Amino acid sequence: MTVGLFVPCYIDQFYPNAAIATLNLLQKLGVSVVYPTKQTCCGQPMANSGFEHLTKSCNELFIDNFDEFDYIVSPSGSCTLHIKDHLHSDKREPQATGIRKKVYELTEFLTDILKVEKLNASFPHKVGVHQSCHGQRGLMLAQMSELVAAPFSKPLQLLTMVEGLEIVPLNRPDECCGFGGTFCVAEEAVSVKMGKDRVEDHLNNGAEFITAADMSCLMHMEGILRRKESNVKVIHIAEILNASQ
Amino acid sequence: MGTTTKDHAELSDIFNKDEDRVNWHDETLWFVRAKRDKAAHYIPEWEDLRENASQIKDNVLSNLSQYLISFEEKAQKNGIIVHWAADAQEHNKIVHQILTDNGINRIVKSKSMLTEECHLNEYLEHNNIEVIDTDLGERIVQLAKEAPSHIVLPCIHKKKEEIAELFHQHLGTPKGESDPIFLTAAARIHLREKFITRKAALTGVNFAVAETGEFVVCTNEGNADMGAHLADVHIASMGIEKIIPKRKHLAVFLRILTRSATGQPITTYSSHFKKPRPGQQMHIVLVDNGRTTQLSRPDFRSSLKCIRCAACMNTCPVYRRSGGHSYHTAIAGPIGSILAPNLDMKEYADLPFASTLCGSCSNVCPVKINIHEQLYKWRQVIVKEGYVDSKKATAMKAMEFTLSNPGVYKTAGKVGRWFMKHLPFTVNNNINSWYKQRDMPEVPKESFGEWFKKQNDDK
Repeated sequence: MTVGLFVPCYIDQFYPNAAIATLNLLQKLGVSVVYPTKQTCCGQPMANSGFEHLTKSCNELFIDNFDEFDYIVSPSGSCTLHIKDHLHSDKREPQATGIRKKVYELTEFLTDILKVEKLNASFPHKVGVHQSCHGQRGLMLAQMSELVAAPFSKPLQLLTMVEGLEIVPLNRPDECCGFGGTFCVAEEAVSVKMGKDRVEDHLNNGAEFITAADMSCLMHMEGILRRKESNVKVIHIAEILNASQ
Repeated sequence: MGTTTKDHAELSDIFNKDEDRVNWHDETLWFVRAKRDKAAHYIPEWEDLRENASQIKDNVLSNLSQYLISFEEKAQKNGIIVHWAADAQEHNKIVHQILTDNGINRIVKSKSMLTEECHLNEYLEHNNIEVIDTDLGERIVQLAKEAPSHIVLPCIHKKKEEIAELFHQHLGTPKGESDPIFLTAAARIHLREKFITRKAALTGVNFAVAETGEFVVCTNEGNADMGAHLADVHIASMGIEKIIPKRKHLAVFLRILTRSATGQPITTYSSHFKKPRPGQQMHIVLVDNGRTTQLSRPDFRSSLKCIRCAACMNTCPVYRRSGGHSYHTAIAGPIGSILAPNLDMKEYADLPFASTLCGSCSNVCPVKINIHEQLYKWRQVIVKEGYVDSKKATAMKAMEFTLSNPGVYKTAGKVGRWFMKHLPFTVNNNINSWYKQRDMPEVPKESFGEWFKKQNDDK
């Protein structure tokens, strides 16, 4: 099995450690991982702004980079969802369809494809888990509080395998953090207020770290945490799952 | 409403100047969402009920013309006078004509979001007809000369102290008396006099049954009944999408409506109107006002399945923190944001962007409208139709160029240089919009791409 590692642009630029942890973790689990070096961005920022018609060249580039792999794995629920929902091609639709079916967010790849049952990881801290909406409601990484349905959570399933880690309960387990792509600047006031409220929930419940399967939500919350000079840190879930004993 | 020049972001910015008030508004509506969750979880077959309701409404939309004709025929047989209105203006004229024909210049009205959509109150007042809203929340916003901020809880944006002041000014209650029970009693006395003296009552319609020609009005205060049963003329205004095929389908809709809306098992009053009392006139005005246009849009037609429960508003993290008035349209929140652009794409071009696309709205929707997906699709339509700032379009093109050329991306992105100024999601907005209340991410010493290259070069 060969996996193509899809690293979202802002992770590449600002959070390389999340991508390094993803790569190391997959390799530790015996997966052969290839990082196509000519990748850039999935095109979501344009599409969510109403410019989906401008994402055609990004889509073609994505197909060039990732068509050949058995699976494509990304440490981002949001970018994965964008590819799953919106990757199309005028010339190569069968390839686009293939990619939409074989692209996975990291945690769902670990639980559903690799069926990981044990991790050699230790992270002796109190951790609040932020359910990023695109991962949770879009990719169904975890059950949603709105539905009358049996609970499950792929990220939590993995985090409970990490030694010493204590999950912090939240008052609102799956409320949006307010990042929302261009929303974070176009609707600055509401975005920030949502972020502040989300961060507050984690702080009030004693989290030392806030983790998520999406770095974009974490970047937004980190911006708020650092502005208020909080000691609480954000950390991508891959970095916890890869944290050595 | 509809005349403001400020968009959702600007109006939300004003709303957020008072953070304590935002917290109060958010908590109040979250409480309603939590009640909804509890009510839904009492029903093990809740998700089946939603699916059932959704399918009934799909069937209605696919056979709307037949159901409407059947409804008209049955209603007429029952002695109801049926009117058809192509748009808001025609609706208002019909209502006015009925009142003129009967020599009536004062009416009571129970809650009807359709009449808000049609701006009926303004129209009638302009024609010297007095309208008294009898839903308590609507009466409060009417006294305050405001529009409802929520379709189920019209004055949810007002604190009880503010209501006390309004009642003091308009109803003569003691200054500073804000006990809700006291204020409600005062409103009851005030409204009873109106019910007794007004000769015409206007109500909305929650469900109209094609099979029988009857319609159902759901209220918690009984004000629709008080109005309709005391008046010589009952006018019911309904959007054409309010049809359901059979009476038995009420067994689905009455179970989900109020559980979704307020967490109650059923509305306090679910009143069935089938024929006029002897000597009474009963009119129904069937209103299109853009609905058939929406029905012709494949991506947006299912928005017409809406039963106006407002669950999407209560759950919406943006609505809770921006208030109903920030949507500058009669129906606020997520559902309003997919309905309004159909009526006026330019005026409401901002609304589909007033969302993080978190998807909670679609999950609570009792008729399973894919609201957040339609928000995304409206964005595409609005941009294509040209209702977007040209600076943004230029910036998007520049971004496309950078992101579709790996070489350019690498040079531009050399450890965050381009990214710090052009974060993909900050396009067209000054980066200060991020920085105003949030710190920037720290720029690492190398990007992942650079780290990876070094690793491989070392090998």
